[in-house]
Amino acid sequence: MADTSSETSRRTALHALHVEQGAKLVPFAGYDMPVQFSAGVKEEHLWTRTQAGLFDVSHMGPCFLTLASGIRHGAGAHEEIAALIETLVPSDIKGLKPGQARLTVLLNETGGILDDLIITRPYEEDRQGELYIVVNGAMKDQDWGIFETALAGKAVLTRADDGVLFALQGPKAEIVLGAHFPECTGLKFMESRRMVLDGETFVVSRCGYTGEDGFEVLGSAAAGTALVRLLLNDPCVRPIGLGARDSLRLEAGLCLYGSDLAPDISPVEAGLAWVIQKRRRETGGFPGVSRILRELKDGPARKRVGIQPLERAPAREGTEVYVDGAPVGLVTSGGFGPSVDAPVAMGYVAAAQAAPGTKIDLMVRGKARPAEVAPLPFIPARYKR
Amino acid sequence: MTTYYTKDHEWIRVDGDTGMVGITAYAAGQLGDVVYVELPETGAKFARGDDFAVVESVKAASDVYAPVSGAVLEVNSVLTEAPEKVSEAAESEAWFVRVKLADTGELTELMDEAAYAAFCKGL
Repeated sequence: MADTSSETSRRTALHALHVEQGAKLVPFAGYDMPVQFSAGVKEEHLWTRTQAGLFDVSHMGPCFLTLASGIRHGAGAHEEIAALIETLVPSDIKGLKPGQARLTVLLNETGGILDDLIITRPYEEDRQGELYIVVNGAMKDQDWGIFETALAGKAVLTRADDGVLFALQGPKAEIVLGAHFPECTGLKFMESRRMVLDGETFVVSRCGYTGEDGFEVLGSAAAGTALVRLLLNDPCVRPIGLGARDSLRLEAGLCLYGSDLAPDISPVEAGLAWVIQKRRRETGGFPGVSRILRELKDGPARKRVGIQPLERAPAREGTEVYVDGAPVGLVTSGGFGPSVDAPVAMGYVAAAQAAPGTKIDLMVRGKARPAEVAPLPFIPARYKR
Repeated sequence: MTTYYTKDHEWIRVDGDTGMVGITAYAAGQLGDVVYVELPETGAKFARGDDFAVVESVKAASDVYAPVSGAVLEVNSVLTEAPEKVSEAAESEAWFVRVKLADTGELTELMDEAAYAAFCKGL
């Protein structure tokens, strides 16, 4: 888990609001974060799937990377900043359209995943020498260190984790946020714009971590808190904790860094080969390129798969996977899926056992429990394409 | 019949040398939505403090400890089909097992209702 307990937990700008809302707070990624509110994990999960859930993700690592030359205008500026970040990630960043965002992975020299992150090319003409990047909270010090070291003298990193970053997710997210930002309804999945409300600028992106339609919004501490308070006044909106965030993303088949992704796992093994676009496969130039190209050609030895326990017992992270009495893999995320109304899990198994429908056994408390390899996601994604 | 409580939030309702065992409403509230209960086999023997059952909530799996030493006479099969009963009726319908006590003397080590209420208040 990307869960680092600390006696000196930081607080997000929304901390006082969480306390007001009856949050149960736990240490997570160095912050005191709400794990649940009074409704409980299951109800918060189901609320997000039917209404709109508001998540404080201010513990994450939003930042801006800009050309050290200060050049901000024109497609050439974008190409230049994209070429810099492409030395660290395998995705086609040059090919992003203005206002387009893309999931990618930060790689080590052996093609293992150091973090997963979202990189956005700003829409605005005067920000073309800039990238908006959001990394995981528990990994931000590592990632930002890598950016600063690798790109020293060429790009400048500006941390933006002193404000408010929140996600509004669920079928009512568009109508709720659209009441304040009419332009947000025009965004498609993985598109982003700067929008102004009462003189305050926010970065609004149509993305999320639940499998639902929704938005992530970055603003200053004061303006962000005021907006969150405004949104919570809407009867469709409830605050949602990390507990439901985890069960929502698990049902949606989305990876959690530190559990499903780690420095020894390649994007091909993780089922994230799709983040490596055609041009990058042809031209390479990213860390661990030889392993990754080999795995793309020959197939990886192990693969991330969905796992459907066939009995009611959930299989948690660390549960061993067996086929015919032989170990073939490990559960990396598992629990109960309130929308599926059954236990759900994902993990890594040997490539030969990775086909959906493959019968496997999960060793839960020393007893083999029947399960099968299942397609991901467990619930259909409802992104607005 | 008298009900006794442990610091680990189990209860035992004793009638002679048998007792019904479950987890307290306080514990159920802390666990959140219960989605699975793993119970022992009838006839299984436990020493006081042994883990004899597991409760899984949406959040996590938690062990349940035997409040006294004894043998399982009966398990509550209702919980297999309807684990959510633990969240709704922890101290009545959602009992886990009926046990035969090995040593009723162990009960003196447990809390009565008033002592347990005070214990929870201090948490």
